[in-house]
Amino acid sequence: MNYKKKGTQTIIFSEPIKISSAASVTGPKEGKGPVAKEFDVVLSDEYAGADSWEKAESLIVEKTIKIVCEKASLTKDKIDFALAGDLLNQEIGSAFGYRESEIPFIGLFGACSTFGEAIGLGSCLVDGRFAENIIASASSHFCAAERQFRFPLELGSQRPPTSTWTVTGAGAVVLSKNTKGSGAFVTGATFGKIIDLGVKDANNMGAAMAPAAADTVLAFLRDTKTDPQTFDKIITGDLGYLGGELFLDILSKEGINISNYTDCGIEIFDKKTQDTHCGGSGCGCSATVFCARFYPKLVSGEIEKVLFVPTGALMSATSSQQGETIPSIAHLVVVEHRR
Amino acid sequence: MIFDFLKAFVCGGLICVVGQILIDKTKLTSARILVLFVVAGCILGGIGVYEPFVNFAGCGATTPLPGFGYLLAKGVKEEIDNSGAIGIFTGGLKSSAGGISAAILAGLFCAVVFQPKSKK
Amino acid sequence: MNHITVTSNEFLKMVEKSSPKSNIFTNCLKAFFSGGLICGAAEIYFYFLENHLTISKEQAGLLVSATLIVIAAILTGMGIYSKLGKFCGAGTIVPITGFANSMASPAVEFKKEGFILGVGAKMFAVAGPVIVYGVLTSAIVGIIYFIGSKL
Repeated sequence: MNYKKKGTQTIIFSEPIKISSAASVTGPKEGKGPVAKEFDVVLSDEYAGADSWEKAESLIVEKTIKIVCEKASLTKDKIDFALAGDLLNQEIGSAFGYRESEIPFIGLFGACSTFGEAIGLGSCLVDGRFAENIIASASSHFCAAERQFRFPLELGSQRPPTSTWTVTGAGAVVLSKNTKGSGAFVTGATFGKIIDLGVKDANNMGAAMAPAAADTVLAFLRDTKTDPQTFDKIITGDLGYLGGELFLDILSKEGINISNYTDCGIEIFDKKTQDTHCGGSGCGCSATVFCARFYPKLVSGEIEKVLFVPTGALMSATSSQQGETIPSIAHLVVVEHRR
Repeated sequence: MIFDFLKAFVCGGLICVVGQILIDKTKLTSARILVLFVVAGCILGGIGVYEPFVNFAGCGATTPLPGFGYLLAKGVKEEIDNSGAIGIFTGGLKSSAGGISAAILAGLFCAVVFQPKSKK
Repeated sequence: MNHITVTSNEFLKMVEKSSPKSNIFTNCLKAFFSGGLICGAAEIYFYFLENHLTISKEQAGLLVSATLIVIAAILTGMGIYSKLGKFCGAGTIVPITGFANSMASPAVEFKKEGFILGVGAKMFAVAGPVIVYGVLTSAIVGIIYFIGSKL
């Protein structure tokens, strides 16, 4: 039996999996940032027409999956499975978002790394011929996340300078068994280990997650014996400014120097004008930025090959209150342009 | 009058500076700061240090949260003087009842009238 | 080795070194002036109540607190207090207005979960501990004072 797993934790697909379409829907703050023009829909307010933040997140998910199906010219009955997740307790953001869809639903939890987990697992299902078309999606909502993880929004407290801003938005892709034509293709995935180097500060998620991202990237490079320079971009999920810096520091200690680095949390907000401190975060951060900013360039060939590494902090408000450190994870997918 | 204002301004301001240093240096959440200040005010009131400070700074000493703690201690002492040991239980909340009720009713009023808003 | 080799201690030092720091000096200045202003305004109001409306010192004190609490709660509901708080820091947390904000903010935020388990219960998320440990300390003070008075 010829296994597709390489090295310790990397999978190389036997045939590239096509990303047939990508869609992103965001809130108004994201719509004032540097990626604004690239999102499919920017909502005018955080309620999205619902009467609570949680319902708003589900409506955003619903909208996103509708758009991603339309863009792939597929009706919902042609979608075999949906793999989705979010940050809310018991994943109500995704569950209520897919409630009316009638698509077989596989809920995932990887905190903010969920989008990477969904694309990786979805590609495995397609590669193994268990499915023809799969939706992978992830979402988050600033207001819903704040009140679940921290304090009420109206509490007059100051955000520490290391904090990041949870993105309001959802991103989704359709993964297809379709090797014809040009476009963006998933060719490999590395599922991360849980890494915890002892960061406790829930207002410094970038620092908590940086080692996990470094570990997964290192594992991929060693598993496949690849030089990081062969990629046009190495894109982490939501490490932000501080986490990004630490990520590069850890890798350079291992003798790996990365010059083509960016982070979705850095891309999505304008540091000077949007007062987001260390950048954007949340499941929706990597999902919306990948779908809006990088996917189109991978389709057109403007970018040839990227490592996309969404990162997640696997803590809860309870574990934080109990004084636990923050275990983190990062999942990596290789996305390439093919002619 | 101007002098009273200045005393209240400077003393109240300085208490807030202590709070700010605690927030920035120790990463204490605002909830812990509030608890800390009320407990500190109550202890200082208990040992009789806060009273002269109140006489000097007026609202500069009573408006910050240590003033709330001081009020609790003062109430307990007065009730013990008036009605004996039972004052240990009744004094604190009796003296602060006005403030707590005001905050509860104002909070309820807001919950009825206002909708949660997002931060920009 | 397929695993990063940085140790927890090394990494926590790296985090400490790279983390942006709050600007304590300007934060303290803001806290001083905003907190001072609230207390100063309270003093003027108190002076007015006591001398012009000839209200007793005790009642005037209560009225000042109640007024500040109501103003803070309304500013909270309007979404203004959180903006002030972002700028003023401890200057709007430490005065009694901060206590009112800590009750009004969850009250508004959790109204979607209903008026009993939402508003009613969550209102005390921050203020509850303040009352609990305030009462505890006052009881301890009372016990000591009571024993002292019997000696």
